[in-house]
Amino acid sequence: MSNVFGLVPSILMMASPILIAALGGMISERSGVVNIALEGLMGFGAFTAAAANVLLEGQLGGWSIWLSLALATLVGALISLIHAFASISLNADQVISGTGINLLANGVTVFLCQVIFHHERTDAFRRGMAAGPGGIYPTAYIALALLVAIWHLLYRRPVGLRLRSCGENPQAAAAAGIDVRRLRYWAVFASGALGGLAGGCLVLTQTIEYKENMINGAGFIALAAVSFGRWIPKGVTGAACLFGAAVAFSIYVVNIPALRIFPPEFFSAMPYVITLATLVLFSGKDYAPRASGQPYEKGAS
Amino acid sequence: MDPKRPGLVDRLASSNAAMSILVVLLGFLVGTVLLLAVARDPANMYRAVIQVVSGWDLARGTWNSRYIGEWLVASVPLILCGLSMAFAARAGLFNIGAEGQYIVGLTVAQFSAFCLPRVPIFHWAAAIALGMLAAAAWGGIVGFLKAKYSVSEVVATIMMNYVALYGSRYATQFIPGTNTYKTPNFPATARLSNAWLEGLTNNSRLNTGVFLTLAAVLFFWFIMEKTRTGFALRATGFNKDAARCSGINVQRSLTLSMAISGAFAGLAGCIVALGSFGYGRVLAGLDNYGFTGIAVALVGNSAAFGTFLAGLLFGMLQSAQPLMQSRQIPKEVTYIISGLVVVFISLRPGLGLILDARAKAAARRGSLRDE
Repeated sequence: MSNVFGLVPSILMMASPILIAALGGMISERSGVVNIALEGLMGFGAFTAAAANVLLEGQLGGWSIWLSLALATLVGALISLIHAFASISLNADQVISGTGINLLANGVTVFLCQVIFHHERTDAFRRGMAAGPGGIYPTAYIALALLVAIWHLLYRRPVGLRLRSCGENPQAAAAAGIDVRRLRYWAVFASGALGGLAGGCLVLTQTIEYKENMINGAGFIALAAVSFGRWIPKGVTGAACLFGAAVAFSIYVVNIPALRIFPPEFFSAMPYVITLATLVLFSGKDYAPRASGQPYEKGAS
Repeated sequence: MDPKRPGLVDRLASSNAAMSILVVLLGFLVGTVLLLAVARDPANMYRAVIQVVSGWDLARGTWNSRYIGEWLVASVPLILCGLSMAFAARAGLFNIGAEGQYIVGLTVAQFSAFCLPRVPIFHWAAAIALGMLAAAAWGGIVGFLKAKYSVSEVVATIMMNYVALYGSRYATQFIPGTNTYKTPNFPATARLSNAWLEGLTNNSRLNTGVFLTLAAVLFFWFIMEKTRTGFALRATGFNKDAARCSGINVQRSLTLSMAISGAFAGLAGCIVALGSFGYGRVLAGLDNYGFTGIAVALVGNSAAFGTFLAGLLFGMLQSAQPLMQSRQIPKEVTYIISGLVVVFISLRPGLGLILDARAKAAARRGSLRDE
């Protein structure tokens, strides 16, 4: 059994970025904007954190990691404004602008790697994030703190009620005097910040450099966690932990001789198969915010 | 200005083709500025592009038709993946799964190359038919899940992409003689190579797949614009409820559109496997044709001929990459241009808002004059 308990820290390491990104996706969708750009925003965040850490760790030592995370958050938030502008101000198709950011992420990050580091990835940083007691990375605590804060904001504060009303019935919300567009802007901004932070957490705990296709679907998995978790914090947390466990297990499985009869590809594909299966099993349109994905046009009924 | 006659700006903004051209030009413009900002010579990017399209090497003054052949080779999978995306888009679906469907087609074609009887023409034709069939099933599953369980096709197709990638890696290892990255060479009867096209383009990899691609473009146009099935698909895309009320089987439309969409992407996989490579590959990662296909379809306005032209454009960028890299231009600038094009297209509704405001202002001026 000690083997299974030994897995807990790596499950938390894998689940934390997914949870942070999924919380961002949840906020955005509860306000009525689908943020399919999470994958790209995580890419931008991961690149920013890795590059900043490489460049700063010489001067700042231990502080460089935290500054890198802050920069990743900021970059994610700023990039998400493109998505916010297209989908909120211009009533554009939310999937198209999100896809644009995803395409842009791979291009821009590797382009900057070539310009700054002269090859197609960042230099390796010497020190990533250090694990705390029990081998648990601080990212797990960050994720937990964000979870509590966001739950409190969404369900115990007036602003949370207003934000949720924008995703359910924006016309009614507007009639009650809520500035729907402004709140949606804040929600997308927050999801961008969380997406960037998630990318930073991923790169600083799981690898030593940023390279192309490093996010490898984690942002999309986070998106699936939002709908599998039925758009509520409790469910999203459970979904993120399940997917994190699947990813951690697929890496750990080589240490279990009994399971070597299965090919490694089988376990690599597992997180995606589980995501797909859960989407089918728990498909229920009734849980989704009613106005999610629809632009809000003033005066339209 | 006479309010009854639309001005130049209005006419440009209401033309899909003009907007696509404008968006691409904007993408190149930003790419150029970006290169200037990092102190690289943008002229090298344009020289690479010209060399790919015309075969002329402006720096050396030499001409080689091989570059044109390679340009078309790079364009073929992009056109087909663009058609795949466009076909689903016309029925109101967002198929991000072209990548996975492409992989399924490629994998099945590779298997067929070794398993089927080595009869000339029949061999590759059957391999392609099987590959397309498998890819159609792979795409059709998603359409079915969407129709039956309202599973978001966006998330589902992305998950299917990764399942296809790992499934392909696993399955390909069973071809006898396969090492960690490639299979033995294909038998000659399975290959799409075409001696006439090769001779024409100085031994490029240009192959029979080009003709299959042209056939696919015509097929897309015919099905979509000229048949009852196409009408049902388009009606579903415009308004599901209205389509259902007028007697169209929406569930069938969704499944069918994803299946045909998958078949296009599968054909791309077959042509890349049997045409561009002489051996099967154990895929190390995604080839990314499916994702670029999204940009291709958006620029082509999801129409057959537009997608064809857009595919040639993105094929040009793709095959110019090695030339750019050898001239100190980071090749990722092409990805940036593709990404920007999609972002600009998503901003397009903004033009509609501006036009509305202009029309209102013009109407107000008109009413003031009347008073």
